[in-house]
Amino acid sequence: MADKPTGLVQGTLDMLILKTLELEPRHGYGIAMRIEQISKGVFQVNPGSLFPAFRRLERAGWLKSEWRDTENNRRAKYYALTALGRKQLKGETREWARQAAAIARILEAES
Amino acid sequence: MSLLRNLAGGLRGLFRKEQVEREMDEELRGYLDDAVREKMRNGMTREEATRAARIEMGGAENVKEQVRAVSWESVLDTLWQDLKFGVRLLRFNPGFAAAAILSLALGIGANTAIFQLLDAVRLRTLPVKNPQELARIAIDHRNGATGHFSSRYSDLTYAMWEQIRAQQQGFFNIFAWGPTQFNTSPGGEVHNVQGLWVSGEFFQTLGVEPALGRFLTPADDGPGCASAGAVISYAYWQHEYGGQPDVVGRKLTISRHPFPIIGVAAGGFYGVEVGRSFDVALPLCAEPIISGEESQLKSSTGWWLSVMGRLKPGWSLERTATQLRAISPGLFQATLPPEFNPSNAKHFLEYKLGTTPAGSGISELRTQYEDPLWLLLALAGLVLLIASANLANLLLARVSTREKEMGMRIAMGASRARLMRQLLAESLLLALIGAAFGGLLAHDVSQMLVASLNTQHDPLFVDIGMNWRVLGFTTGLAVLTCILFGLAPALRATKVAPGTVLKESGKGLTERHSRFGLRRILVVSQMALSLTLLVGALLFARSLNNLTKLDPGFRRDAILVADIDFTERNLPKEARQAFSNELLQRVRAIPGVDAAALAAIVPLSGDGIGHDILMGSAGEPQGDAPVAAFNLVSPGYFETLQTRFLAGRDFDERDRLGAPNVAIVSETFVRKYANGRNPLEMTFRVRRMNKTSAPYQIIGIVKDTKYADLREDLYPIVYIAKAQNEDPGTDALMLIRSRVPLAGILSAVKSTASQADPDADTSFYNFHQMIEDSLLRDRLMARLAGFFGVLAAVLAAIGLYGVISYMVERRRNEIGIRMALGAGQQSIIRLVLRETGILLLVGLATGAALSLGMAKAAASMLFGLKPTDLVTYLLAVASLSAVATLASFLPARRAAKLDPMVALRNE
Repeated sequence: MADKPTGLVQGTLDMLILKTLELEPRHGYGIAMRIEQISKGVFQVNPGSLFPAFRRLERAGWLKSEWRDTENNRRAKYYALTALGRKQLKGETREWARQAAAIARILEAES
Repeated sequence: MSLLRNLAGGLRGLFRKEQVEREMDEELRGYLDDAVREKMRNGMTREEATRAARIEMGGAENVKEQVRAVSWESVLDTLWQDLKFGVRLLRFNPGFAAAAILSLALGIGANTAIFQLLDAVRLRTLPVKNPQELARIAIDHRNGATGHFSSRYSDLTYAMWEQIRAQQQGFFNIFAWGPTQFNTSPGGEVHNVQGLWVSGEFFQTLGVEPALGRFLTPADDGPGCASAGAVISYAYWQHEYGGQPDVVGRKLTISRHPFPIIGVAAGGFYGVEVGRSFDVALPLCAEPIISGEESQLKSSTGWWLSVMGRLKPGWSLERTATQLRAISPGLFQATLPPEFNPSNAKHFLEYKLGTTPAGSGISELRTQYEDPLWLLLALAGLVLLIASANLANLLLARVSTREKEMGMRIAMGASRARLMRQLLAESLLLALIGAAFGGLLAHDVSQMLVASLNTQHDPLFVDIGMNWRVLGFTTGLAVLTCILFGLAPALRATKVAPGTVLKESGKGLTERHSRFGLRRILVVSQMALSLTLLVGALLFARSLNNLTKLDPGFRRDAILVADIDFTERNLPKEARQAFSNELLQRVRAIPGVDAAALAAIVPLSGDGIGHDILMGSAGEPQGDAPVAAFNLVSPGYFETLQTRFLAGRDFDERDRLGAPNVAIVSETFVRKYANGRNPLEMTFRVRRMNKTSAPYQIIGIVKDTKYADLREDLYPIVYIAKAQNEDPGTDALMLIRSRVPLAGILSAVKSTASQADPDADTSFYNFHQMIEDSLLRDRLMARLAGFFGVLAAVLAAIGLYGVISYMVERRRNEIGIRMALGAGQQSIIRLVLRETGILLLVGLATGAALSLGMAKAAASMLFGLKPTDLVTYLLAVASLSAVATLASFLPARRAAKLDPMVALRNE
């Protein structure tokens, strides 16, 4: 559908960040890369929205962070899901699936 | 839970800011490193990769700012930074800061002080249980009432109170009360304390608790008054008894009658009258014991009580009023005084009871001062406006020096909103500091104002305190002034195009009008407001002057008033006049006494006697009879007060009981009632209720005098010989004129009185002081309005000086060129003063219109001049013009002394 990277649907960045952390903790750049990779380059997140989102999610208690060494031997801040964050992700995924399915049905009916 | 975490995170951000910032830096740097490494792996050179990554990131500072913006503490943080920056700027300009804070403190302080008083006398409710349920019962539109009125709130008679208590339905509980003074001295010189007559239901209806002992109950207020006791106030307990706990049960002497103290009221309770407090409260039933043969309780025409009650749930004021109206005809029929004549009775039987809310108490002080206080608040508000305009002007001047700084910061990417916020934070800082000082100042000022209204005979009690309303008012003022003086400069400062400002250097050849217009408008409005305040100041000053210079028809100074009460002698009526005369002779014999006389009424004391006049020797008038004011005086009264005789003679020994009735009348009496005939051949009769006297022969005519009050129109006055009074009282009220200091005379009179009657009660006051005290309100208005007027003129002068100096500064080059081309010093001064003239003219025109509006509100407080008084306006215009000329002459002279070469080289 798209050749060029597009902006994210409003409000989905938080969900995507939580999703990338589902399996393992990552640092900021890792999260950005992961989102880009999985979306096959459709979504590119810039630091200007990424870092405020980290601060927001941390404040909400869905993320926790700790400083660790990376594979490149530098110190980086790793973000991980909290139990609350995991619950939130589950909830948001379910809700997203429900909405996406509904939208898909509407679009199909239209054609 | 999440709120708590947010709070904790925020606090960490605030208190460990450096660490948080460091971590954010490191995180962003790591991110950038990773991005660069990734791009190099994809084949870019290091330089290309770094550049691309930086562009993607869009500025590290920017990202950090956005992260900070997520958290609530950042708002506090930037505010804190702005305030710190503001403090630094103020410390660099201590002169500016001091001037700004001082003028704001004065402005806000004056406003807060007056608002505190208004709050205390008008806005606050009584400190009793559920004050909003209280209502007052009184006669609606009471006209033509007859009888003896003895208190500030003489709403009803005792008989009416008993009827109301028995017949009313809307009140759960109801009580009667009246303010009075109690003499607590055991004998000798009278010592009065503030007293309350209260019915037994008073304390329980108000729902207040005693601090000690018990309160009066209906059982204490029964017939016979066997168990009558006194309740004293907390303050009285403290200063008279040192707060001793064994005060209950002790005896308190009131008019030589001992009453046991049964309880002490709680600290905050001052009664139901705002503006006064009480020392001692006694039950109504004790009134005949104290007042003796002058008892108001026993008199059917004694008006001395006010009635209040607590409404039953479900009874609105309207419903209650309807019920009271319904019982009125029967009630007034039952309480009709038998001594009334048909005309009195006609008025009386038409009365209807009504009710008004009383949750904020009742207050003569409020009636007297509410309007003046609102007016003063408006005047103080104008002063604050002028001060704000000055500040705005100063800030505008600073703005032009900071244009480059602003241009630079906008060029660096600061948003306009951010800059505005910073500039407003500076203004807010000034406003808050000013308000804090103003608040401190206000407390002292309001105490001082109350103290200035206090007189020895009439102590006021105004509970001035900080409460949320006053605090809100002051804070509101601070924020409002901040917006007033800070917003325009902030808007102006941030409306710069960075390019032009940075490019532009030096000054223009002539002034630029667009930048300067706002400052002119500010100065013009300052002029206008100052004129209004000066007009106000002059109006009140001239009004006070009229009152003090007014000829009341008698002399005001060097007269002592002495009241010698010989009730304890228990003299029969026939012997009282002789004893009064003996006292008078003894006082006249005191060395230094020039003249002395007895009187029933001291002029301007506020007391008065009014009776109907029936002209001729027989016949009844049609409808209401004409009335006159009365005084009963001894021979020598007019000589003592130095009131001139126009015709006829003074009273003398011939005029005694049994001799033909004689009277002396005033000019106005003659003008109103003589109808062109020779007054010395006329007679009239005096009708007091249903008793008509034998005819009085007019034997003298005296100059008009003021009777009860300096402001009143002249009454027709009738003087009757005191010796012909059939019902003399048991005291001798004396006016004593002396050429030696009154303090010496006072002690001589005191010892003379105690020689004549060792049991006499004496009290004294200075006649002149009493008249001065009656002008307290006028003096207060004149002083405060004068203070505000001068303050306004000074502030406006400073504002004008600033603007003219600024104009001269901006037009240096032009002035230099003019001088180089041959303009003399005179013409430069004229050039500058012409500028002032235009500003002044516009300001005065606007101000005159504004003043006319303001002065109308003051009309009722003025004496002897109209709010449109031309002289006042001319004086105000002249003084403001003089001040303005002076304020602009200094910078004008500076301009004229300019060396044209220096001015031009400066370019």
